[in-house]
Amino acid sequence: MVEKYKSQYGSGIDALTYLGQNYLSVDRSLIPDLLRLLRDEEQFDYCVDVTAVHYPKREKQFDVLWILYSFARNERIRVKTQIADGASISSAVSIWPTANWLEREVYDMFGIKFDGHPDLKRILLPDGWKGHPLRKDYDILLQDKEWVQINLGIESGQ
Amino acid sequence: MSSPVNDKTLPNAVSNLDLEAPDKPYLDSNELIINMGPQHPATHGVLRVILKLDGEKVLGTECVIGYLHRGVEKIAENRTYTMFNPYVDRMDYCAAVSNGLGYCEAVEKLMNVEAPARAQYIRVILTELNRIASHQLWLGTHALDIGAMTPLFYTFRDREEILKIFEKYCGARLTTHAFRIGGCQYETYAGFEKDVTNFLTFFAPKIDEYETLLTTNRIWLERTKNVGVISAKDAIALGVTGPVLRASGVKWDIRKALPYANYSKFDFEIPIGTNGDTYDRYLVRMMEMRQSMRIIEQAVGGIPEGPIMGKVPKVIKPPVGEIYHSIEAPKGELGYFIVSDGSTQPYRVRVRPPSFVNLQALDIMVRGALVADVVAVIGTIDIVLGEVDR
Repeated sequence: MVEKYKSQYGSGIDALTYLGQNYLSVDRSLIPDLLRLLRDEEQFDYCVDVTAVHYPKREKQFDVLWILYSFARNERIRVKTQIADGASISSAVSIWPTANWLEREVYDMFGIKFDGHPDLKRILLPDGWKGHPLRKDYDILLQDKEWVQINLGIESGQ
Repeated sequence: MSSPVNDKTLPNAVSNLDLEAPDKPYLDSNELIINMGPQHPATHGVLRVILKLDGEKVLGTECVIGYLHRGVEKIAENRTYTMFNPYVDRMDYCAAVSNGLGYCEAVEKLMNVEAPARAQYIRVILTELNRIASHQLWLGTHALDIGAMTPLFYTFRDREEILKIFEKYCGARLTTHAFRIGGCQYETYAGFEKDVTNFLTFFAPKIDEYETLLTTNRIWLERTKNVGVISAKDAIALGVTGPVLRASGVKWDIRKALPYANYSKFDFEIPIGTNGDTYDRYLVRMMEMRQSMRIIEQAVGGIPEGPIMGKVPKVIKPPVGEIYHSIEAPKGELGYFIVSDGSTQPYRVRVRPPSFVNLQALDIMVRGALVADVVAVIGTIDIVLGEVDR
């Protein structure tokens, strides 16, 4: 399967295995097309999860991951791509509707924008929340400090 | 099995609910936007559902969640692997044992160790007991939402017997923290096997008792048949798992498809439904309880002797890498995606919660139904808000 896509996309795609789990490391530009191909031609019809990991020291700070499963092949695969801070990535909602809430959660927690998402807004945190908590540089005390400064007129609640 | 979602017409579920614009076919109708929850007894916690109604007919819904958000994934980044273990119990607090099993197995896989055989058996017994307890809690509250009060008392009475076993085993009834990375912390107490066997003989007639209350009850049938129907195609496209997926006719259970622990050693069936309605989901869960009893019966008779803890170092430091491991929790696929940077603390822990993903299907299941059916459908999806919000 990977051979086929490699000849099609060249160096933009890399197939790796760790602890018996297969994953594809792909270039960001391939993202909507490759995911669609995986669903349509390789029968990965179930999108298990969409998530991200933050590496603040890297140039491209975020790993975005799609965990896919195929009922027909009984096989799981991860697709992984790297994007820079502030960059956006294509939404997979039109491929798997389940990606809707999952992408909203990634946006909520990491601030990664998904192009073409029908309703990209915070899901777990309140709308007025500042910052994205699962970023490694997120200051947990910031919210607390600001609130006490405005509402209680003291420097810090800690 | 051919791929059911290759069709281009994916369901228009979970599309954003446009609260301003009226629906075209209902221009002359009496549209109403009402709030259900967050404080509502039938939302099983703090879930707010914005309902767009035409009289009693539901035109669309939007779920507002996050009221119970505690930042479990962020907490994990600031704790060691061992310290994070009890936190996972607090996500789906009705099935704490399953959460712990998934987490411990994921870390074990990352470290390339395996729990010894005896620990595996203990794990399976407790996890399946927990599945029964979770389904009992679901049945009682779901039936109560629909108006049947008696099943609640029956199921809570019988669930007590399971909680007693948990309490005797590890001292806790709900958030058990029963397993450790590498095996189990506690050896079984004297009489554990007997207690479990006694429970099985005690519980077998009780399931029949639940069924006499509901399965052919006319009110129950009226309230559940053809309510909240979801097709297999839509269920897969929406990532729905667990009993909800199986009730739509997809024979898929991670215990069989991608076996973990030592489930491959046991003989059991995957119950499935045909219509994907609330009644089928009820039947599937009832049958699942019977299958869990079968597994426990086989496991309790075959617990091998030996150690209960594998060769795991005192300080848990998995090598650099990442892993996705999932188990069949009572509510569906519960997955852990863990990234290790080689230190004692996980670099990232992502929990793939079954309730969160299944709740997304609420919209497609209740469109066109009545307000009273929303209550039935929320109950039948079997959500735990602690897990939805994490």
